Amino acid sequence: MKAVCWYGKHDVRIMDVPDPEILNPRDAIIKITTTAICGSDLHLYNGYIPTMEEGDILGHEFMGEVVEVGKDVKNLQKGDRVVVPFTIACGNCFFCQRDLWSACDNSNPTPGTVETLYGYAGSGLFGYSHMMGGFAGGQAEYVRVPFADVGPLKIPDSLADEQVLFLSDIFPTGYMAAENCDIRAGDTVAVWGCGPVGQFAIKSAFMLGAEKVIAIDHIPARLKEAERENENLTTINFDDVEVYSKLKDLTGGRGPDSCIDAVGLESHGTSPDAILDRVKAAVYLATDRPHALRQAIFCCRKGGTVSIPGVYGGFLDKFPMGAAFGKGLTFKMGQTNMHKYMPKLLAAIEEGKIDPTFVISHRLKLSEAPMAYDKFNTDKDVWRKIVLKP
Amino acid sequence: MKNSEKEKSLTDILTNMNTNIGDNERLVSAFGGSLLLAYGLKRSDALGIALAVLGGGLALRGATGHCQVYDAMGVDTRNSEDGNATYSKGGSGKIHVKKSITINKPTSELYSFWRNFENLPQFMNHLESVKNIDDKRSHWVAKAPLGTTVEWDAEITSEHENERIGWKSTEGSEIPNSGVVEFLPTSTRGTELKVTLTYEPPAGYLGSLVAKLFGEEPSQQVEEDLRRFKSLMEAGMIMKVEGQPSGRAPQAKEATA
Repeated sequence: MKAVCWYGKHDVRIMDVPDPEILNPRDAIIKITTTAICGSDLHLYNGYIPTMEEGDILGHEFMGEVVEVGKDVKNLQKGDRVVVPFTIACGNCFFCQRDLWSACDNSNPTPGTVETLYGYAGSGLFGYSHMMGGFAGGQAEYVRVPFADVGPLKIPDSLADEQVLFLSDIFPTGYMAAENCDIRAGDTVAVWGCGPVGQFAIKSAFMLGAEKVIAIDHIPARLKEAERENENLTTINFDDVEVYSKLKDLTGGRGPDSCIDAVGLESHGTSPDAILDRVKAAVYLATDRPHALRQAIFCCRKGGTVSIPGVYGGFLDKFPMGAAFGKGLTFKMGQTNMHKYMPKLLAAIEEGKIDPTFVISHRLKLSEAPMAYDKFNTDKDVWRKIVLKP
Repeated sequence: MKNSEKEKSLTDILTNMNTNIGDNERLVSAFGGSLLLAYGLKRSDALGIALAVLGGGLALRGATGHCQVYDAMGVDTRNSEDGNATYSKGGSGKIHVKKSITINKPTSELYSFWRNFENLPQFMNHLESVKNIDDKRSHWVAKAPLGTTVEWDAEITSEHENERIGWKSTEGSEIPNSGVVEFLPTSTRGTELKVTLTYEPPAGYLGSLVAKLFGEEPSQQVEEDLRRFKSLMEAGMIMKVEGQPSGRAPQAKEATA
């Protein structure tokens, strides 16, 4: 089969590789019908995530048709259309049973590296390095799905692939970010980053009853997309205005009740701390560049919540703990507990409450992935969300 | 701290076998230091030189496992990295490992699986097979380097249903060893399992085989065994990742458009 393989920084190739096989009795093989490139794939593309190996198959946003099931998979049949969550979870452990699916104890068979870095390891992830389990990803013609009796969500024929594809990651991720804000009547939610996760966080914040949502970015096309999709949205371009003062002004001097960092570890900014971050990351003194997060912490109102769907991997420098403590902030973060949200959000799509296709900017063939990665990485104004068809 | 010790030469440091840094920290130190050294050397300015010196120091610290600063401060991080495990390989060469893990299953289920020692090779990777001889005694075959095996008989020394199993190799075994597993019920989290294993490798060739059997990190091996046991009990299987497709497969080649 054809698959998108990682070969190093800024080097992905289309390879002919063997087809996947059933390895465990709870596996299924899915024939991919639609897949996508995620912003977090760019962290791999730019070489920020350790323990990648040459030849690893990328991709964690995918859906398709079941073509084979292991002997313990009773809920799926050949021909079923399914969307697969990017986190792999057993459904049996303490964490799965408490809806903390992304903390599954039994899905990452190689947790050693993560334990060295973090103390304890979360669940395995598709196509996201060997410290996350070394699972082959879904930017391919076929994929092996472990714990297929728990993860894949069946899709009714009435819905097209593109309408449900983002249930695999970014829609639940944006939704959990908003849910983590514990939104109450009259709340203002500020969202840093208008990439696809930010877009879904904005929509979800409105869905969950936010009175005002403010989106912050500096890419005009992304801000325009957010404005077009959300009638009552306020936007801030941080190249034009100073974010703290503007947010203070927009909230009657209080600051936003919740701040969502949908940017993550490759934050771009032009202030001195952002530039210093780049220098430090270049000499390996700090691995992540947390400018957006620092600003979110600084801008958040007293007793507010900072919710972080953006991915962080290593160590942060100059983390404003004093501000977080001084204002009594609550922090909520982590990989999305996918299995908890997928059925509910599928229902929202079926009921017409949201049409996730609005984030798609490009539709390409799987074989065009190397070009798509390059464009997505360098021209974010135009290349916002890329969907690939094998 | 004596003055003479502070003034060690480079040769002294390189040959000094007394480490005071834990393995993980050594790895990070050596890796990060090397990167910094390489980056510093690439730039040919004052900052580059400073970074190269700093990087070189870190790399040396990683390579030797000895930190001058820790030495001066009386710090030793070797044993602090191992979480709930204790592991000692004393002067006698005795290997002693203690580990615990929580499994989301009732004690009775875990006890009855473990009590049948023939099940152990399913999750203990270094075991080839265990055959029960009678209700108390069993014959164990462990994998050894170069395709050889090491064998012994063991007998149950203590047994409290759903609470504890103790076993010990029989008199005259080539490799005297013993183990205890305890099953402690919790109110809401399933069962806490506590395992203690002791191996007393004899001097000479056989002893070195046993040492190799457990590699450099016996505590790590036992931890991985217990993780597999947990997965087998909770999820009914042990996750496999070998055998997945990748661009590394021998028949893989770049696709033509």
